[in-house]
Amino acid sequence: MDWQSLNVSLQLAVWTTVILFPVSVYLSRALAWRQFAGKSVIEALVALPLVLPPTVLGFYLLIMLGGDSVVGQFYEQIIGQPLVFSFEGILIASLIFNLPFAVQPLQRSFESISGDLREASWCSGLSAWQTFWRIELPLAWPGALSSIVLTFAHTLGEFGVVLMVGGNIPGETKTLAINIYDRVQAFDDSTAATMSAFLLIFSFIAIVVVQGLGSRAGKWR
Amino acid sequence: MAVTITDTSGIHVDIHRQNGIALEATFSCAQNELLALVGPSGSGKTTLLRTIAGLEGQDGKSIISCRGDIWQDSTAGVFLSPQQRRTGLVFQDYALFPHMSALQNVLAAMEHIPGPLRHERASEILSRVHLGGLEDRYPKELSGGQKQRVSLARALARDPSVLLLDEPFSAVDQVTRNKLYRELSELRQRVETPIILVTHNLEEATLLADKLCILHHGRTLQEGSVTDVMARPASALVARLIDMRNLFRGTFLDRATPDDPYRIQWGDHVIEVKSASDIPVGKEVDWVVPGSGVILHRQDRPSNGDRENPLRGHVSNLLRIGDTVRVSLDVDDRAETRIIFQLSSRVANRNNLSQGAEISVSLAADSIHIMQPD
Repeated sequence: MDWQSLNVSLQLAVWTTVILFPVSVYLSRALAWRQFAGKSVIEALVALPLVLPPTVLGFYLLIMLGGDSVVGQFYEQIIGQPLVFSFEGILIASLIFNLPFAVQPLQRSFESISGDLREASWCSGLSAWQTFWRIELPLAWPGALSSIVLTFAHTLGEFGVVLMVGGNIPGETKTLAINIYDRVQAFDDSTAATMSAFLLIFSFIAIVVVQGLGSRAGKWR
Repeated sequence: MAVTITDTSGIHVDIHRQNGIALEATFSCAQNELLALVGPSGSGKTTLLRTIAGLEGQDGKSIISCRGDIWQDSTAGVFLSPQQRRTGLVFQDYALFPHMSALQNVLAAMEHIPGPLRHERASEILSRVHLGGLEDRYPKELSGGQKQRVSLARALARDPSVLLLDEPFSAVDQVTRNKLYRELSELRQRVETPIILVTHNLEEATLLADKLCILHHGRTLQEGSVTDVMARPASALVARLIDMRNLFRGTFLDRATPDDPYRIQWGDHVIEVKSASDIPVGKEVDWVVPGSGVILHRQDRPSNGDRENPLRGHVSNLLRIGDTVRVSLDVDDRAETRIIFQLSSRVANRNNLSQGAEISVSLAADSIHIMQPD
């Protein structure tokens, strides 16, 4: 077991989840309840990472974040090092390829909350903020948990995009999934087997948890 | 729109809106009063209620004031949010928070009350709507009638300046409904809040309300006490909306002296009427007579009353509904002059009423109401 790459993977998963969750709540709420121009375009863009080959997504991210791009140059001027082939680079990539996993379960949950409930909350004197914390989020909670667990597990497992954008730098961008590939290439099957078993068990538990949350959450359902 | 608000105790509503569902509505509901907004489906009742609650209707011209506070005034640019208005709204499907128990639902509407006092007060309100002991039940564990009571309790917990009820009885069975009617009447003796009830059910409205406001295509046609509106509809349209069947057209006749009764030429008949106001002679008028103003002549024992607007014809239909019989009488054997009235089965049997029988009736002059055509 390579603890360094496990550490990179966990760091990436935690940061991705922590940053993406509030963004997804905002985005999915808007997609669920508001009508605005370009809504279907945004929905399509959010879903795109589901169907796009990781190499394609990785290629475009490499171009968009690379040293010749506006984003890349700006980042390099401020921080003093390139964005691609760094932890921050794969974090940005991770945020983007996880969008569908984070947004879609939340959006389904928010869509299932009747507009009457929010209006009843306002008429009961609860502010928009109180309505969010006390009515909307508790009712959308199964979706929120799915969103969190799926984002976390999927980040641990992502291979192609991370490799394209981050390369294979130990302690910086070499995640568990990339390390498995690396070990197999080096005929170190036993280390690959340990890490594969870890990812297999973790992913399995994650799916069981998500399914369990979908079927029962709170005795009021 | 020149509305001056002199009474500061109740709620006053004056809405003029062209966009979306067009509204032309003016009405008010005093303290201790229950106003029923009545109209067919799609007449804008719910939209009107939602506008009062501040959930929609920022466009158009409108003034809504409650207990002297301006909630909405388009000319002054005032529009209070639903949170600022303090309305107690009971939604048609109750809109209870499903993840909260009955007690928590009520507590959710008590943010304005100091924390330590909330719990006791919420329990008190729940027992007031006969839900004592069910505090910990979740909405899915409650029957339709119980959900309606929780919804009402939550609305009351807000200490509302006006209670708004949107078809609150439509989703429960008849037995529960009758029970909830009684409970609402009981509740009214304890709260002073003006109550606005939206319903398409005229019977329900007349049973519960002090005042009726008839709504049609977003327009308020008539507002008045229940007895007033039911006996004296403002127009033929209102008469149809409140289900008055005996609606006819005639010509208003001249009187020889001011002491003579008013008269209407109706086909070959001259109908005498007790009261009429400012109608030019020779003008076409609509007139109605409620079923209760139609008096059957007894064949065995004629009386003096029989001379009052006597009419004769054949019974075209007899319909028994429970203990009453609905009689359709084709006056002069013509279907266009069909008068419908109800009798108790006992009276119908005693007079040997049957389909096709020839009978005569009187129309009580004091129950006939004349309206100018629109």
